[in-house]
Formats: sequence, C-alpha cells, structure tokens
Amino acid sequence: MHEMSLAEGVVRIIEEAAAREGFSRVRVVRLEVGQLAGVEPAALRFCFDAVVRDTLAEGARLEIVPLAGSGWCHDCAREVAIAAHYDACPACGGYRVQATGGLEMRLLDLEVDDPAGEPCCATTKSE
Amino acid sequence: MCTVCGCGGGETRIEGEEQHHGHGHGHNHGHHHDHHHHHAHDNPLHFGQGPAHAHAPGLSQGRMVRIEQDILAKNNEYADANRRYFSARGIFVLNLVSSPGSGKTTLLAATIEQLKGELPLAVIEGDQQTSVDAERIRATGAPAVQVNTGKGCHLDAHMVGHALERLAPAEGSLLFIENVGNLVCPAGFDLGEAHKVVVLSVTEGADKPLKYPDMFHAASLMLLNKRDLLPHVDFDVEACIANARRINPDIEIIELSAKSGEGMAQWLEWLRQGVRRQATAPDQHGA
Repeated sequence: MHEMSLAEGVVRIIEEAAAREGFSRVRVVRLEVGQLAGVEPAALRFCFDAVVRDTLAEGARLEIVPLAGSGWCHDCAREVAIAAHYDACPACGGYRVQATGGLEMRLLDLEVDDPAGEPCCATTKSE
Repeated sequence: MCTVCGCGGGETRIEGEEQHHGHGHGHNHGHHHDHHHHHAHDNPLHFGQGPAHAHAPGLSQGRMVRIEQDILAKNNEYADANRRYFSARGIFVLNLVSSPGSGKTTLLAATIEQLKGELPLAVIEGDQQTSVDAERIRATGAPAVQVNTGKGCHLDAHMVGHALERLAPAEGSLLFIENVGNLVCPAGFDLGEAHKVVVLSVTEGADKPLKYPDMFHAASLMLLNKRDLLPHVDFDVEACIANARRINPDIEIIELSAKSGEGMAQWLEWLRQGVRRQATAPDQHGA
C-alpha cells in the first residue's frame, strides 16, 4: 500500500501550498497519474480519503487525470504507445520496449477556498 | 516534531529509537545536520505515520491554485541529498529489493564474507519489525543499522538519510540497502542508490517479472538466486529471463546461489566494477 505514502505526499504538498497561498480549505484536488506509474487509482482514492481527515483537504474531491503510457522500441528505434510494461511494440510485435512515458504522478492543481472575509487573491496579501 | 520532514511522532524507529529531533532545519536540508543521535548500531530505527495535522477550516469563494508538482517530490529531494552524500564520499550504493524469502539477507552475508577483507562495507536493513537481519549482518563483522518501518511497506529516502547519520559509512565503501521484502511498493521510491537490484529465487514463479513489472522495470540488475535448488523445482530459467527482458530490455542478469557459491564470482566482479566506477567519478551523481 505505497498509495498511503503517496496520499500523504499529496497532503504535504497541499499544506505547503496553503502556507504559501493562504487558503483554508480545499474543494478539489486534481492529480495526473501515468498508466505506468505503478499506482492503483482505487487504492489511491481510498488512502486519500483516509489521510485528509482532519486536514484542510478533508472532504475534497479527488480527480485523477490518466496519462497514456509510452515506450522506446529498441528494434523500431522510435517511441510507441504501450498500456503496460509487458506490452509488445504495436508496430513490430517485439518486446524490446523500454517504458519512457506515463511513469509520472503529479499534483496538477487545487480548487480552494480562502478564509471568510479575506480577499480571494492570496498572492497579493502582505507577507 | 520536525516540521520539514514531518517525522518524530510515529512508529518509525531506527535502532529502537523513535524519530524525535528538536531541530528547525531549512529547505534543501540533507540529513547530515547535527542531531542528538547515538553512535551505537545496535538499536533499530522505527518509522511509521506521524500524527494527523489539524487545521481550522474556513469558507467562501473557490479559486484555482496551480501546483504542477511531482507527488514524490519530497522523497526525491531526500534521495538527491543522499546521492550527494554518496557521491562526495565515493560510496557505491545498491538498493536490494525482492519478495520476502528470496534470500537477500543470506546473499548479503555471503557477499560480505567474501569482500570484507577487500572493501569497506556497510548495510542498512529495512523490515517492518525486529532487528534480526541487522544482527545477522553484524555477525559477519560489517556495520549495519536496522530501520523498522512500523506499518510502512517500503523504505523511503528520508529514513535512509537518518540511517546514514547513525551508520556513517566509510569513504569508498560499498553500501547495501536491503529494502522491506515487497515486490511492489519499493519500486517507486528512490533512496539515492546507484542501482536497484532485484533478487528473484527459483522457488518463486518464472512469471514474477510479468506479475510485478514495476519492480523489474526499475531494477538495473536481476539476481536469480537459489540456483542450487533447480533440480528440485519446476522453474523455467529461460522463460524467467525472457519475461524480465520483456519488461526491461536493458536489465542485466546474474544467476547464482548464495548457498553453493555458484555464480558468486560474477556478482562480486559486478560489485567491484561498480565500486571502481564510483571511486573514479566521485563528483558525478549516481547513474
């Protein structure tokens, strides 16, 4: 269940962003998760809901944007689309394909609320 | 509690000690700041989850905040700090990963027995609980630190940084990090090592590279261990190698047996070459 560590990583990034930007509550968290990133979205959702409890992201909606996998075929000497590490090259049918894309997992953006009575543009607030 | 790394209040233990450290380290911090750490090697490090963070919720209008940050960014920062530490000291580091029971610790003990007169060696042992493995390694004469991850399923770069403070491996040494027995989770966590080495034994299935592709993709070398048992098991060596190469065409493969010694010479030579390369390129970050 390394998804638990990943979910904790997401919360840590959110808290750092909150300290920087001054928001008080998170409505939506948008992640980009590559097809070959070794992350199970269902497990990540489960862990996310658990770790955001008692944080400013409690109850936030988690949106996972999938990113297609790709690899370098040594035989075709070009980038090809693959959906799993064990996939054959769609062009030549060979297995000499090294995964190169879709390995990412990134926190893209957040939809947040600012504290009541505060201006929405936290970046213009005094330090 | 450490506000930067968030450690200090959980189950994580290094040589029996919880991770309390009263420092206020800044950003870009490595793990090599002064802690009130112990120099004894005989208590395991324990890691777990820290306390939940409390925040007062507010409300009003929503806005978008762009983040564009790798979820593993924090781990990767710690890994980079570890890698700089290794690079500055010419330490060649391997992250050994496998299922539980593949023979990692036996292989390490056999490797240390053969290299201990030749090279400075050190070991970081990762397990959820107990310091049995570190004790086995220390019995060979090599310094070892046990990290207990508590409920954690993998070592992360932050734990390794703290283990390094305790272990303080000699310059030019060969450091093995034996990860928690788990073919899934350790794949995604860079510890600052030069290579991940995946150990697969012939008592497991030849299809494991296909079943656990992330790990075989992340590894530079596969050690096919317990070769001495081949006459007693139905294990298709050729199929296993083909499966590993299907996942990772560039993976190197060494077949060996820590017990009979077969294939050990090739493994030891692979290690010596790595140590020499690291020593001749001390300012470069690991591959």
